[in-house]
Amino acid sequence: MHFSFSDDQDQFRGVIARFCRDKSPTSQVRTLMASDLGFDPEIWQQLCQQVGLVGLHLPEAQGGSGFTAVELGIVMEEMGRHLLCSPFLSTVMASTAVAQAAGADECSTYLSRWAEGKELATLAVCETDMHFEPHNILLKATPVDDEYRLNGHKRYVVDGHSVDVILVVADTGSQLALFEVAHNAAGLTRTGVETMDATRKLAQLDFQDTPAVFIGALSPAQLGEIYNTLLVALANEMIGGAQALLDAAVEYTKLRVQFGRTVGSFQAIKHRLADLLLEVELAKTAAYQAAQALAEQRNTSEMASLAKAAASEAYLQAGIQCIQLHGGIGFTWENDTHLWFKRAKSSEVFFGGPAYHRERMLQQIIESAARSETSVAEEINT
Amino acid sequence: MSDVNPDNVRSEVRQWLETHWDPSLSLVAWRNLLVDSGWAAPHWPEDYFGKGFSSALASVVDEEFNRAGAIGAAHAGPRMLAAVTLLEHGNHTQKTNYLRRILTGEDSWCQLFSEPGSGSDLAGSTTRADLNGDQWVVNGQKVWTTSAHHADYGLLVARTDWDVPKHQGLSYFIIDMRQPGIEVRQLRQMNGHASFNEVFLTDALVPRENLLSEVGNGWQVAVTTLAHERQSFARSRGGTDTTQLSGTIYDEYREELAVANEPYVWYPQRAGRVDLALQRAQETGTINDPVVRQDLARLLILSRTAQWTAARGRAAQQAGKPQGPEGSLSKLAASNIARTAARLHTDTTGPEALLTGENSPHKGIIAEILVSVPAVSIAGGTDEIQKNIIAERVLGMPKEPRFDKGPFRDVPRNVNVSEI
Repeated sequence: MHFSFSDDQDQFRGVIARFCRDKSPTSQVRTLMASDLGFDPEIWQQLCQQVGLVGLHLPEAQGGSGFTAVELGIVMEEMGRHLLCSPFLSTVMASTAVAQAAGADECSTYLSRWAEGKELATLAVCETDMHFEPHNILLKATPVDDEYRLNGHKRYVVDGHSVDVILVVADTGSQLALFEVAHNAAGLTRTGVETMDATRKLAQLDFQDTPAVFIGALSPAQLGEIYNTLLVALANEMIGGAQALLDAAVEYTKLRVQFGRTVGSFQAIKHRLADLLLEVELAKTAAYQAAQALAEQRNTSEMASLAKAAASEAYLQAGIQCIQLHGGIGFTWENDTHLWFKRAKSSEVFFGGPAYHRERMLQQIIESAARSETSVAEEINT
Repeated sequence: MSDVNPDNVRSEVRQWLETHWDPSLSLVAWRNLLVDSGWAAPHWPEDYFGKGFSSALASVVDEEFNRAGAIGAAHAGPRMLAAVTLLEHGNHTQKTNYLRRILTGEDSWCQLFSEPGSGSDLAGSTTRADLNGDQWVVNGQKVWTTSAHHADYGLLVARTDWDVPKHQGLSYFIIDMRQPGIEVRQLRQMNGHASFNEVFLTDALVPRENLLSEVGNGWQVAVTTLAHERQSFARSRGGTDTTQLSGTIYDEYREELAVANEPYVWYPQRAGRVDLALQRAQETGTINDPVVRQDLARLLILSRTAQWTAARGRAAQQAGKPQGPEGSLSKLAASNIARTAARLHTDTTGPEALLTGENSPHKGIIAEILVSVPAVSIAGGTDEIQKNIIAERVLGMPKEPRFDKGPFRDVPRNVNVSEI
């Protein structure tokens, strides 16, 4: 197991961090929150063209940049720290899905279409909860001539109201498969939904005999790998946000004076911050290790769920504590804390909450413990 | 002399062991040979029984000792704290007098720092040392003294000046534990074990030449000892595994370790026994309880991420990167882990968690966890002190206003009868 980033990775982080800091001051975040689109296309295209973010974590043979989930995690962490509003998450969702469902050439074609950041794509999976479980995917795909027709609905589709291409996971009756649907396809209704976290735009999509192009079948295991990648990406985004909240709380309590002394000199405040630092650092480790595990294809479900659970708790705690430590001003719209607090809340429930992921992780641990016992027993018997 | 590099050192020590390692010697005879050769403590300076090696080279030597099944210098118990303190602050005579017998294991040491009236506030010590002719006369009480009941010498911090601020009025002494002015009583803990002692000093005597460093410089010396104490807590104990080896010298060695390690037998229980958590849930069937499953998962996440975080800290240090906060958090994490584990063990074991003795779950281990865990968040620095340190040193939070800056005589403190 690796426990530190390489010099190249540190340098890469520096580039992303600078970009996010320059392009995403909270004034900009607030402007984009109030917009329908939710991001600045010019900034997104700069990011794509200067850094080559699309397909960052995918192999070169599939048209990706040949980096791993570790680099994906670095980008997500820095974006999360600065709340950079961009269609990066939806792009990661779409590219991860085509990499699983499509052949290498076809995947390359998709990635090159999206590489410049002009054509945008997202992935639509969830209908009830956000757990990516195959039995909850009810949207029907029926073959008609050379293509398919989709009927049903998808919820919580990231950037679903604004992207050009929607990749849809649907049930063909015999299997699950990934389909491509154009934004202006017949019978597609896209409704932007109002959410408490305006930094991440969501849509409901309704499909009525909507024409769709078949990309490829998706086995439950492949769907699981897409899910694990997204969990790891989100967990890394979350720890960036948690660190930003911790930093803000430390900075404020060092300045704020009450009773003739800075409030940060009171043990009641220091102890809260020390506890929070511990929780944030542990969650960071979880997110880094999960990215590493994904890169090495080792215990991916167990590690992804572990990281998502840890990051959810830490980010939310950071939000709660940051507001508390600001006192009254922390509850105002003017103060920036609520921007991250809301992202913490939305991320907590996104792709399944911490209780769900603790259970998912535990199942994996119990299964692998049983497997290793069986293999020991088999060794003894043979 | 040949170049000092890992390969040369390895072949040199291997050759030396082939010629000299003799399990038929007595433990002390062997170790005297070892001390004379410099292989007992190769990372010590050449003037004092060592070879001036880096710790990387010294670990090459350790590897070769382990490979040969050879016994190294005595290392168990608080003796190494004495050694590093002497090496850093002792004068030539002190080093010559004490260091050899530390390495041979002939002398045992203990650390007379904590007092009933000064626990977290170690510099608030009220044990006093007054110079009378050529002797310091010591009066007071120390506590939490591991291994005091079989120690030959103690590292003593005592107050020699009451009219200066508290850190400036302390001095550091080597005290002979085998004298009439010292009474050692075992201190029984709430879990029934007696790992520590109370030490009562009544007109105990320290010859003038046993002052370490200078009068009033005791706090600086104590900081050296404490720094190494933290390090040795963090370092896992290595050493040759002799469990399968037979012979008198191995018996002597095992006996030495058994005595030195006796105070620590309950330490795994103190840490919460996370290793038993899943097993207990399965044994008791509570693994089917969704609440237990959630708590178990929480515990596993906490414990794993704490281990990995410590590894992240070490990796950053090895890569020469700036020190992050990871290294300071282990102790606080350990408290949270132990408490979470104790609660889970209670839930999984139910009323049987009360039972002790042979027929109880895991022969009383579960009950012992429950009554041992409260020590974790106190021993070696309370959680509250840890949080202050983390907040002030890692996060850069401002310090609390202090009320103990003036002459120690005027500082509010606990009532202590010995100090009149």
